Amino acid sequence: MSEINLGHGAAEALAVDVRALQRRYGDRTVIKGLNLQIARGEFVALLGESGCGKTTLLRALAGLDAVDGGRIDGARQPAVVFQEHRLIPWDSLWRNVALGLDDKTGRPLALAALAEVGLGDRVDDWPRNLSGGQAQRVALARALVRQPRLLLLDEPFAALDALTRMRMHTLVRQLLARHRPGVLLVTHDVDEAIALADRILVMREGAIACQYDVPHEAGGDRLHPQAQALRQLLLAQLGVLPALAA
Amino acid sequence: MPEATSPILLPSTQAPKPVAATAFTRRPRVLGPRALLAMSWSAPFMLLVAWELFARLGALSPQVLPAPSKVFATAVKLIEQGRLISDLGSSLLRAVAGFLIGGSIGFGLGTLVGFSRLAEALFDRSVQMLRAVPFLAALPLVIVWFGVDEGGKVFLVSLGVMFPIYINTVLGIRQVDPKLVELGRVTGLSNWRLISRIVLPGALPSILAGVRYALAVAWLALVIAETIATNSGIGSLAMDAREFLQTDVIVLTIVIYAGIGVASDAIARALERGLLAWHPNYAKGARA
Repeated sequence: MSEINLGHGAAEALAVDVRALQRRYGDRTVIKGLNLQIARGEFVALLGESGCGKTTLLRALAGLDAVDGGRIDGARQPAVVFQEHRLIPWDSLWRNVALGLDDKTGRPLALAALAEVGLGDRVDDWPRNLSGGQAQRVALARALVRQPRLLLLDEPFAALDALTRMRMHTLVRQLLARHRPGVLLVTHDVDEAIALADRILVMREGAIACQYDVPHEAGGDRLHPQAQALRQLLLAQLGVLPALAA
Repeated sequence: MPEATSPILLPSTQAPKPVAATAFTRRPRVLGPRALLAMSWSAPFMLLVAWELFARLGALSPQVLPAPSKVFATAVKLIEQGRLISDLGSSLLRAVAGFLIGGSIGFGLGTLVGFSRLAEALFDRSVQMLRAVPFLAALPLVIVWFGVDEGGKVFLVSLGVMFPIYINTVLGIRQVDPKLVELGRVTGLSNWRLISRIVLPGALPSILAGVRYALAVAWLALVIAETIATNSGIGSLAMDAREFLQTDVIVLTIVIYAGIGVASDAIARALERGLLAWHPNYAKGARA
C-alpha cells in the first residue's frame, strides 16, 4: 500500500507528517517504516553516514521519487535547495528566482527575494558571473520566494568554503526567522547541524536511530559546553568517536 | 655501480645534454596582430591581382578563366538587364522555402523523438535509414516526380536540410542537464513550461549547430538542383552561359554561390551570438 496525501488531513501545525515510509530499490529496502513529523517553523537536521537513506528520504519528500509504502501528509510542493545551485544558465537571476511563478507577480516577488539575500543589485546578471556562495544565495531566494510550508535542504553548503559557509548559516537563520517554513536539512556536518537546527535526527539503515533537541542555551554557539557535549554524542552515534561511558 | 649494466637500464646520473635552447626561447615579436591580419588578407588579394595580370597579358585565355574585372563588368551588365537580380531572387526563394519546410519537419520530428521513447521507436530508425541515402542520389527520382518545376528543387533542399536539424535537435534535447529538469519538476513547472523554459533553451546550442550545417547543405542542394533542371535561378544562368561558352557568367555564378555561402554562415554565427549570449563558449569574442 502506498499513499501520498497532499495538502489535507495533516494537522495545520505540521509542515510534514511522514508515516511508515517504505522505499525499495530492487531487493534492497532503503527506507524501512520511517516516521517523521516536522512542525511549521521547526528546523530539523538529518545526519547519517553515506548510504543510510538520507537523500532517498529527501527525494521522496520532494516528490522526485515514488514511495513503496506509507504516507506523506502535508507539504504539497516543498521547495528544495540542492548541493549544486542548479541555476538555469540562460536565465537572468530574477528569472531564475521567478521560475514557475505567475508571469505578472513573479518579477516583483523575485526582486524582493533577491534583495533579501543581498543580491538586489544583480537581478539582471547571469548565473555564470556569480561565485559559489552567491549562486547558492540565489538558490535560497528561489526556494523561499514561493513561501513553502516545507523547505528541503540537501547539503546546500557542502561545496562552499568555510568562511562562506559560516556567512550562509547566519543568512539562513535570518531568513528562516522571517519565513518560518518547516525545514529538513540533510548534512554530513555535525557542527552545521548544531549551529542551525532545533532538533537533530541520526538516520541509520533506513530509519531514525535517535534524535536530540539542540539546547537553546547554546544559541548556535558551537563552543558552548552543552553544544560540545551534544557534538560528542552525535559523533559517537555516527560511529566516528567511541561511545562515551554513561 | 657495475660497468656491465646495459645502456638502457643505466640510471641517468648525468643531466641530459642541453637541447638547442634557442629553438624554444621566445623571440621578440616583429609582427603585431594587426600586421598579421593585414597579411592574411593580402595573400588572397595578391592572388586576385596575379589573376588579373595574367589575363591581361594573355597568358590566361578568356575562355578558360576571364579576368576578375571582366567578371565584375558582366555582373554589372546582368544587373542592368535585370536578369541577375531576378535569378538571385528565385534562387533565394527556393532556398528559404526549402529551409523552412525541411527545418520545421526536422525540428518537429526531432523534438518528438527527443522527448518520447514511443516516438523514437516509431520514427527514428526510418529517419536514420533515409539519412544514410545521399539525398542527391534521389535527384533523378525527384525530376520524375516533380519535373523541372519549383516543387522538385524545394523538395531537394528540404530533404537535405531536414536531417542535420533532426539529428541535432534530438541530440540537444537528450543532452539537457537532467539536474535542471529535476529542478523544474521540484518547482512544479507544467510540462509546457518545462519544455519552453528548460529543455528547448538547453538544446539550443546543438540545434543552432544543426542550423549552421543545414544552411551549407541547403546551398549545395540548390546548386545541384538548379544545374540539372531549371529555367530560372543562378544555376540556370550558369547553364545558359555554358551553352554559349560565356565563361565570365559561369565564374560569376560560382562567385555568387560562394558569397551566399559566406553570408549564410555569418547569419548562423550572428544567431549563435545573439541567442547564446549566456553561454561562455559563445559569448562575445570567445569564438573566431
